[in-house]
Amino acid sequence: MTHIPTMTKFSPRRRELLLGAAAGAAALAVAPGVLTGTAQAADVADAASYPAKAFAQTTETAALKMMYGAAPTHSADVKMGAPDIAENGAVVPVTVDSSLPNVTAVALLAIDNPFTMAAAYKIPAGTNPGISSRLKLAKTTKVVAVAQSGGKLYSTSKPVKVTLGGCG
Amino acid sequence: MAHQILIHASTAGGVTTVEALVKHPMDSGFVKDKAGKIIPAHYIEVIEFTHAGKVVLTGYWGPAVSKNPFIKFSFKGGKSGDPIGVSWVDNKGEKANVSSNIM
Repeated sequence: MTHIPTMTKFSPRRRELLLGAAAGAAALAVAPGVLTGTAQAADVADAASYPAKAFAQTTETAALKMMYGAAPTHSADVKMGAPDIAENGAVVPVTVDSSLPNVTAVALLAIDNPFTMAAAYKIPAGTNPGISSRLKLAKTTKVVAVAQSGGKLYSTSKPVKVTLGGCG
Repeated sequence: MAHQILIHASTAGGVTTVEALVKHPMDSGFVKDKAGKIIPAHYIEVIEFTHAGKVVLTGYWGPAVSKNPFIKFSFKGGKSGDPIGVSWVDNKGEKANVSSNIM
């Protein structure tokens, strides 16, 4: 019962963020107080750039379409490292890498999580597409790694068996 | 708001490897506390790494990234002593940054 109000509260905020991002200065109005204050020179992470809508999708197709406007083709040149069995779904080490040329973005998706998109990275020229991090997996799921190269999307996937879920 | 970020960068063979450990609850909004109340979602949305002022990685995270996130990546170039910076902003507008130097 308490689950649903939280969900509905959750989505409109994302929508606001997105609208805010589109409207530029409106983003400041959406979150007064939090964006004020003197930004330090090193504070470069920009909340307005967050692709909130892509992260609110519940299917791989929708999330990737929202994020990159494309669907991936399977490629052995996208590599993913994840355990076969994760005892603790709250901390699953997942690595993504690719031997494709000029990779501009990589993303990780957990198909059976409440929201499919787990993490997405922008790869500037000179940065290697190999990234290691840890994800939460709600239950046994297929994990998909996506790399964007030359404007096209490539992906690979792997099932990860979760014995203790990571979303409560 | 004791936002702590540990960052370590080292360079070898013209490639700099960066490892960062960010202290953050990364609450997904799906977990209940002991009293059965949902813990509201609270997670980092954007994290950005810079090398000498140039962005070397931008990460967009959802609530599926683990608590106290760890991230490791590498980029070409960078030499010992160069500044490395990391900053993040979360869904509540909280932010933090730290800078260090390549070992």
